[in-house]
Amino acid sequence: MAETKKLSIIAFSGDFDKLTAVFTLATGAAAVGYEVNIFFTFWGLDAIKRKQGRSFTGGNWLTKLFGFMMGGLKVTPTSRFNFLGAGPQIFRYLMRKNNVATLEELVEAAKLLGINLYACEMAIHVLGLKKEDFIPEVKDVLGVASFLNLSEGGQTLFI
Amino acid sequence: MTFVKTKIELSKLQAGDILEVQLSEGEPLDNVPRNAKDQGYNVIAIEHVEGTTHKVIIQK
Repeated sequence: MAETKKLSIIAFSGDFDKLTAVFTLATGAAAVGYEVNIFFTFWGLDAIKRKQGRSFTGGNWLTKLFGFMMGGLKVTPTSRFNFLGAGPQIFRYLMRKNNVATLEELVEAAKLLGINLYACEMAIHVLGLKKEDFIPEVKDVLGVASFLNLSEGGQTLFI
Repeated sequence: MTFVKTKIELSKLQAGDILEVQLSEGEPLDNVPRNAKDQGYNVIAIEHVEGTTHKVIIQK
């Protein structure tokens, strides 16, 4: 292969279905030899929190409450058919039944494939979070300029 | 996703080791051997198992 292809994804949504799209694209691309960067911002940060359930993570009472309401990977809602939180469990059941990787399996695959995970500096600041609140695989906390640098010369998606 | 799983399994092996992957017809069967070859792995054989299931043997 002449040069490495590159895919950079801005993961803005914290929805179960959209995060599934992020990680399906990312792992698929990484498996066929792409360099893959995912830049998690705002709601998307839920996917890479160390605590996957609900917890009062944050700086002051307001961000702690937001932290609890947002939760982590295990409590992400679906963008449609959420049914008060039952939706993601129904989709997980359907995915397992059809031998399709669940969101959790995709995240594990992303780690194994060495996908570069980044957290948005501004968003974590606003939400009162720290680098330690995220899984250790998160490589760095970045701003827009650094992300543009990383993604230069490849394809970029916003999900 | 099938290739993602294949790739992860391959990454655990040593050069020269053999991996056997069972695949369904259609997209997985087209895509896994093609990508394995593209990435420099040796696709030794593709055998029909039963029904729509096939077996691909890949050497790292």
